[in-house]
This record gives sequence, C-alpha cells and structure tokens, in this order.
Amino acid sequence: MTKEPAQKTTDQILDNRQSLSKLREILFANIIMAGEIPSPTGLERAVTQFLSDRFSEGWLNDISRDQAGNVAAVLPGTDVKRNLLVAAHVDKIWGESEDHTVNVGVGRMSGRGIADNGLGVAVLATLPLVLEALEIQLKSNLILLGTTRSFGRGDLAGMRFFLEHTDREIGAALCLEGMNLGRLSYSCLGMARGVISVDSKGSFSSPDEHSSGAIACLNELVRELLELNRDEFPETKILIGSIEAGSGYNVPPGRAMVRFEIRSEDADLVERVETEVKSLVGQKEVGYVGEVNVEMIAHRQPGNLGADHPLVKEARNTLSCLGIRPNVEPSISELSALLDQKIPSLTLGITKGENRHAPDEMIHLEPIFDGLAQIVSVLQFMDASGFEFEG
Amino acid sequence: MHQVLNLKGKPMLEVDKTVARWLKTNTFHHSEFWDMQELIRAKERAGISISLCIPTLNEEKTIGKEIIVFKSELMDRYPFVDEIAVIDSGSTDNTIEIAASYGADTYLSAEILPEHGFKAGKGENLWKAIHQLKGDVICYVDADIKNIHPKFVTGLVAPLLYRPEVQYVKAFYDRPLALSEGLRPSGGGRVTEILVRPLFSIFFPELTALMQPLSGEYAVRRGLLETLPFPIGYGVETSHLIDVFRTHGLDAFAQTDLDRRVHRNQSTIDLGKMSFGILQAFLNRLRHYDIVSELPEVNGMFRQLQAEGRCYEMLNREIIEEERPPMVNLPEYRERHGRD
Repeated sequence: MTKEPAQKTTDQILDNRQSLSKLREILFANIIMAGEIPSPTGLERAVTQFLSDRFSEGWLNDISRDQAGNVAAVLPGTDVKRNLLVAAHVDKIWGESEDHTVNVGVGRMSGRGIADNGLGVAVLATLPLVLEALEIQLKSNLILLGTTRSFGRGDLAGMRFFLEHTDREIGAALCLEGMNLGRLSYSCLGMARGVISVDSKGSFSSPDEHSSGAIACLNELVRELLELNRDEFPETKILIGSIEAGSGYNVPPGRAMVRFEIRSEDADLVERVETEVKSLVGQKEVGYVGEVNVEMIAHRQPGNLGADHPLVKEARNTLSCLGIRPNVEPSISELSALLDQKIPSLTLGITKGENRHAPDEMIHLEPIFDGLAQIVSVLQFMDASGFEFEG
Repeated sequence: MHQVLNLKGKPMLEVDKTVARWLKTNTFHHSEFWDMQELIRAKERAGISISLCIPTLNEEKTIGKEIIVFKSELMDRYPFVDEIAVIDSGSTDNTIEIAASYGADTYLSAEILPEHGFKAGKGENLWKAIHQLKGDVICYVDADIKNIHPKFVTGLVAPLLYRPEVQYVKAFYDRPLALSEGLRPSGGGRVTEILVRPLFSIFFPELTALMQPLSGEYAVRRGLLETLPFPIGYGVETSHLIDVFRTHGLDAFAQTDLDRRVHRNQSTIDLGKMSFGILQAFLNRLRHYDIVSELPEVNGMFRQLQAEGRCYEMLNREIIEEERPPMVNLPEYRERHGRD
C-alpha cells in the first residue's frame, strides 16, 4: 500500500527558504570547515570527527563510528519504529597533502572538494539546526550518515557496510551531493570499474628498440576497448577515465595503465562486456614480451525507483516550486547501494557550481538555500509517506 | 604545558631559570581550551567582555572566511566574542564590502579620531581599535590567515580568563622547519630568528622565552593596552613586548601554541623593510629606557640595492616608525571609556 500525502505548495517551500537565511553564518562556517579538511578515500578520520563533534553539539542520539569509519547519529522522531536516512559521502578525490584552502568571495566559495562533497557534509552537519529553525518535528527517526570510501577502489564500502549491518529498517533515503542544484537521480546504471596495467618488465633497454614501449601496447588496447561500445538499446558504454604512462621525452615507458568503467542499464550486458575486456587483455598478453593485467575493482547493479514513484514526483514538484528545472541523471554513487537494498531513495544536488573536480571547484552560496528548502520538503514528504518499492 | 629542554652540561643562569619557569607556567596549547561551554562559564565568572579586531589592507581573499568562521562559532553558536570589527587602512579592493556582507562591523581607520589625523600602518589600526571597540579584552588577529579556526581567538583569550595576573597573550605556531628526534625548533620566522631574537638575547634575554614575538595574533587587557605607546608600523609588536616587560615583568605575558598558521609568504625585500622598521622601534625603546647612552638619531632611510644586467641602482625608501601616544592620554578616549 502506498500512502501519498499532499504535495507542498510553492508558498510553503518559499517560506521555508526565507526562514533558513538566519542560519547563513553557521552553514557557511560548516562549509569552510568541512571543505578545508583533507579526506581522501580511506583517510576520512578527521572529517568524520568534525561531523561527530557537530552531532554532539546538536545533542543528537546514538552518535557512533562503525568499523568502516562511517559516522552516524539519530535525530529522534515521535514514532520510534520509523527511520529515514540522509547520507553524504565524506571522502574527496584530492590527496591529503593538497592545499584544501577555501577561498571566500562575495556570494561564492571555491577550493578543492568544496562541492564534492564538502558542501554535502556541511549540510548534513547543519540539518538538525535547519529542522529546528523551521520548527519541524519528524515522526520518523532521522539517521544522519557520513559515509566513507565512496570513490574509486573504495567502491561504496562505507554505505554498503552500513546497510549490511544496521539493525534499523530504513523507510526511505536521500543522498546529498554538493552540485548541481536540480540534480535528481532515482536510477542507477550497472557498472564495472577496472584497471588494465601494462608492464614491459624492462624489455625496452634503449630508445631505438620498441620506441614507444608500454604506451604503444596500451594505445592499441584503448582503441580496442572503445570498439566494445554498443549503441543499440540498452546502450553500453566504456568510459576511459584516465591513463598514466611515461616519465619524459627520451625514455621508453616500462609501465602504463588505463582506468575504465563499463556502464549499462542492463546488468547482463555489463557482465558480458567485462568478459570481453578480459578476453582482449588475455589475447594481448599472448603476443607481448611483458605483462598485461586487468583488475576489476568495483561493481554496481542497475536499479530504478521509477519516474512515477511518489518520491520522484514530489522532488520534481519541489524543484518546480523553486523555479528550478530538474536534471534527471542516473547515478553510480551511494544511491545504487540503497536501491540495491530496495530502499526508496534519491540523490539531490544542493547548489549551483562550476569546475567540478578542479582545484578551483566553486559553489554559489545563495542557491544553497533553495537546495536546503528542497531537501526539507522532500524529507517531510518521506516522513508523511509509507512507501513501497518494487525495484 | 611544554617540556623545557636545556643544553647539557651547562649550569643555568638566573635568566635561564626564569625563562624555564615561565615556559612551564605560562605556555599553553589551544587544545587545553577546547570546551566552549566551559570557556563561556569562565568568561561569565571573569565578568569581562571581548572584542575581536581584524586590521586590514586589501585582504579580500581571506577576510570573508575569517568573519564567517568567527561570527558563526564565537558569536552565533557560543556567545564568546561580543563584537567583531574590521579596522581598515583604506583598502582599494573589496575587503570592506566582503567583511560587511558577512556581518562584521567595519571601520575606516581614518574616520576614527579624525582630529588626530591618519597615519598609514597596521599599528595605527591597532591603536585606533582601542578607542573604537568596547571590550575589556581586545584580541587582534591578522586578516591573511588561510586556515582560520576559532582557536585563533579562544586560545589567546582563555589564559586571560583563568589567570588574572596575565595581561598579554601571544600566539605561536609550528613552522615547517626540519624536525629531528622529537625536538621541535621554536621556528619564529626569519626576521625573528635573524634580528629580534639576537637583539632580545643581548638586551632583554627574558623576552627570548616568547616563541614568536612578531606574531600578529595576541589578546590584551584594555587596562594595559591603553597605557602603551603605539609605533604605527612594523615595530609595534616589538615595542609592546619591551614596554610590557619593563613595566610589568615577564609574568604579565603568556603564549599559546596554535599549531599551524598558513599565510602568504613575504619576499626577502619586504622582510628587509620589516627588519628596518623593527630595528628603529627597538632603538627607540633603548633610548626611551636609557639603556644605551649616546645613541645617535635613527636614520629613517632604508637602502637596498637592485641589479639588472650591469646596471646597479639604489632603492631608497624612507621608513619612519612614528609613534602614537598611549590611548589613555587622549581626552576623547577617557571620555568615551569613562577613564576620568
């Protein structure tokens, strides 16, 4: 049975937005502090400590850190049996030694990882104050979760660990991403992520011999990988994410590697293409002096809440009330672990920004209040609903 | 508290004993004051108000962040600071607009005590802040700190809340100097180690206990601050230390380790100008206290050289360390702050 509560009106959402402006300084300070803490995947201790401190200051219940390093806290609701989850991944793509200084200008902030996901962490830290400022008492317990090991080899380990070990039944969930406002993800692509490495084992000793070394072999492999793309429905794509090889002008490269992802809405197709990639690598190794290896490091199952799901419709309605055009895009992040567990879930963006994943990643400050009003509205809808999700 | 290390095999002089004792009793680490609720209670018990002053000149890149963090953490979340003020020397960038947009009180130095004129220099802003701000304690924090954190204020003010005899608290930081075998060099910065520490070692050895005498972050009780003359330029911190030491002794000072401070590096040319200004102020204090007899008038012309190819030329710059009188001597101040 699906109970569908009334959707929020434009006036209600805009009133909330207006009321939230009094949290400006606290929110902005949280963005700066969360933004300036280095938190590469696997080294998130400092930022989870920051969240834990904020949860303590907000007098939340059951503040804890689990074996995966996740930090969680509970804002109690009036109905002890119901639970909602709001999650933000706490890891960033940047190394610990990179400069994480946040620069503040009029109406904007910039710095490494400030959007992905410094802002998500800051909003998670501020959410109890947001609800308090709007005098909102949820029926459901609200679990606030900072998840670790989201990127790369992390393979959503934090979220997966939490979902496998929590003893609370979660009615619905929101994942927070700093940018872009309007992002609405309710489906996930199937995905397989891997690394192919070529090692010439020192077989190229002089510039005259096999002058391109491991790069030539890798180049051939990349071309063959891209030929595995399938345009027919459902589309299957291979994304070449990065290549590393060589060290200068005149030294034949001994090692080279390519990081890639296979994406498709069809899990079988992902599996089939993965097999083809392994076969390609195997063939390459036969005729090669050195070693060619493929290592698969992450997998996602496809999932889809469905465009007609009440939660999706409410999210669209909220964005419409705020005058924001929804940008529907499938996700490969925490959402996939949630949908995998048949938990009705969305990923929402919080503000407008630019230069994603660049050292000068930038967010606009004023639209954050639209993003907060959006989150509150969807959260209230989740609280008033009793969803079912067929998957 | 920090462990004091002595050179092996050398008997301690009286001054060394004084410094060693002071380092044990008057050197703090900001983490000792992590509990904001306790700090608020201590502030209430002490019955004092706290003003935060940020002197600025073209600091648009960092001022917004400082205001946001201080206002959020030290006013909105916890009522620790009673006012946050930016005193500006006449910025030509957006410093004032940004500071105001994030909720700081902003003042132009030239518009405070206008009948006394305006002199360009950071010391001028610090001096005028004493008149403009209301707090019993004024905490000065430079505007160019990149890694701003509430500890920059709480770490400096807290010793004044718990130790009534302490009047003046200085910050010190880790610097990225070579570390070995658990020893941490004091790392006071280039001008400190090359100029100020040698001068202090000769004339005021007790003041060598201060890890970073030139740091721009310090908290001072108004009662002391209003009695200090203020050089308006580079020499203000050095001059303060000498004056407070001569009038109140070493125990009026404390210092707090704030771990790390990330800021812009200055060029060697700029450090030369800074050293020249500090040296002027230092010599002025020697003359004032009659420590060195027959000291000639200080020459205010700083001479540097520049070479381009085979063309060599002088770069002369006049650096005059003018001095403002103790604020308490001004009738306007005595009236505004009820000192008559």
